[in-house]
Amino acid sequence: MNPPNPLIGTRPFPEAAATELRNPQLRANLTHATHTIRNKRSRVVGEVPDWEQLRETGRAIKADVLRRLPELLEQFEAAATAAGATVHWARDAAEACALIARIIHATGHREVVKVKSMATQEIGLNEALEAEGIAAYETDLAELIVQLADDTPSHILVPAIHYNRSQIRDIFLRRMSDVDPSLSDQPAELAEAARKHLRRRFLNAKVAISGANFAIAETGTLVVVESEGNGRMCLTLPETLISVVGIEKILPTFNDLEVFLQLLPRSSTGERMNPYTSMWTGVTPGDGPQNVHIVLIDNGRTATLADEVGRQALACIRCSACLNVCPVYERTGGHAYGSVYPGPIGAILSPQLTGVARNSSLPFASSLCGACYDVCPVKINIPEVLVHLRQEYVNDKRDQTSAERAAMRALAWVMRDSRRWSTALRAARTGGGVLASVLRRPRVRHMPWPLSAWTSSRDAPLPAQETFREWWARRERNGGEER
Amino acid sequence: MIKKTGQYGGARAEILRRVRAAVAGAPPVTVPRDYHFTRPDIDLVELFIERLTDYKARVHRGEEAIATCLDGVSRLAVPAGIPRRWLSAYQGQVLTEPLTTETLDTVDAVLTGCALAIAETGTLVLDAGPDQGTRALTLIPDHHICVVRREQIVGGVPEAVRRLNPTRPLTWISGPSATSDIELNRVEGVHGPRRLDVVLVE
Repeated sequence: MNPPNPLIGTRPFPEAAATELRNPQLRANLTHATHTIRNKRSRVVGEVPDWEQLRETGRAIKADVLRRLPELLEQFEAAATAAGATVHWARDAAEACALIARIIHATGHREVVKVKSMATQEIGLNEALEAEGIAAYETDLAELIVQLADDTPSHILVPAIHYNRSQIRDIFLRRMSDVDPSLSDQPAELAEAARKHLRRRFLNAKVAISGANFAIAETGTLVVVESEGNGRMCLTLPETLISVVGIEKILPTFNDLEVFLQLLPRSSTGERMNPYTSMWTGVTPGDGPQNVHIVLIDNGRTATLADEVGRQALACIRCSACLNVCPVYERTGGHAYGSVYPGPIGAILSPQLTGVARNSSLPFASSLCGACYDVCPVKINIPEVLVHLRQEYVNDKRDQTSAERAAMRALAWVMRDSRRWSTALRAARTGGGVLASVLRRPRVRHMPWPLSAWTSSRDAPLPAQETFREWWARRERNGGEER
Repeated sequence: MIKKTGQYGGARAEILRRVRAAVAGAPPVTVPRDYHFTRPDIDLVELFIERLTDYKARVHRGEEAIATCLDGVSRLAVPAGIPRRWLSAYQGQVLTEPLTTETLDTVDAVLTGCALAIAETGTLVLDAGPDQGTRALTLIPDHHICVVRREQIVGGVPEAVRRLNPTRPLTWISGPSATSDIELNRVEGVHGPRRLDVVLVE
């Protein structure tokens, strides 16, 4: 049996969302967290006078990178190799996991510490390593919480956003063997417990796995942006460092960081700057890991790149600002999306990485309100891509018969002729009037199949007592007066 | 028999071929650079202090404040190239790099300089220079004392990036170690140094 794909849910979004929506604790936690971060973000973004110029430059740099990706990837590989790193390439998740397992086996160690990385989540690395007899320990606080709870991440930046402080305390008490039983739910105490739990593991670690926020083509430099210092521990203390990097993470020059290191921290944690940012170029003798590997992964990115409208999703810098403002995400949480990339960006990225046919409910997991586009630090037009992917989904099914298509065709026939249309409206009004008097309200909650597809998530209004055309005709009869 | 080049040899060629095919014919992109490279005339020192304090770092002025920060520190780790006068009043044990991870885990504090500092974001940047030492030196001890000279403070991020050498290992530090992972509020103190003292000198 194939392991589950971290980009595809076991249930379509509407079904999974319906389950999540019944969890009032989850909704309370998410409302609290997303509103906290929204306010912080808008405060620190508001104090940057050139924010819109930075966004536009960020967007343009990413668009330029995608266009020049072949040469930039080769430039990055050459620079990183010259600096002492070994660069590997992987077409898909299975190839990447097998490659990483081989590198770890070659070191003779069977334990690795991990810096939070979406790329490794996306390829299901922890599960693949476990099957190879290698234990992978997450060290980011939120990832640690999720790993201890045997749960899956529900947010790009804060994978444990669905837990509140007392739930986190309960997980620690249940799963940390070395925890003080009198642990309170004060965030500072919880952070202290994580520090103690991981300290020995960091100091003894021989192999670490990271992702990268940015990879600089000009110099071969990798950049990791973090808060807690777990990143620094993993990037500095072990002998071997393996960094898993999506091919779209490239930036042309080191100076381009001056744009992204302003856009990313303010958009993600709502801080002027995150506590720690590490930049390293290959191997530095006497400082940090001496056995440095970089795994460049495709895993659906080149297919995404081939779509002229959809490719902008590859500009994403994983800040998660779009999740935090999304009215759908705020109510359903991340698990409903079934992918490690949830929220608005996940709704356009996940289906493109897997192919829309295998992930077809996600482009519909949006009200198209556009809040995501407004906050995106690299101006990804998420609503535009959502509509584009919906169209792609519909186009794929154009030659199949469906109740919706039959209904639309019938409606088109009625609307093509004004007499047919008036007759239909009169009939609807008469039927609606009868229904309204029976139901005692002007809307229907449940309609029979196939119209139930419409009423499963909304009420259907009944036709008005008078059509516009009837109202207009009556108004004309009365010489333009209402009565 | 021809020796196989290994699986990833094939992967590299195939990924590059796919990328070339995917972007063939994409129009060139002009990157505008009309964001601000420098900050307007403001008191950089005052701004830097305000931003550091916001992160709950402690800020001191004048070289004599180093002694205050070292109060209660009995074992101090230092990089090899630190100015000796910074330690003139210090009575405790000084451990100079190279130091093992185990030794670093037993010291009370570490004292370093920095490569530069960014006022707008309250950031210290270390580039492993002689007065800063290896990356592990400023990571394992729980208390970091960092000396910043006035002329090392720049206004914003672009000025900092353009002064740095990317081939050196760089660590950007903005306040003590912290996390936003519990209910998205910033809480100080996880794996990095939980106490950060910044000493501003002329």
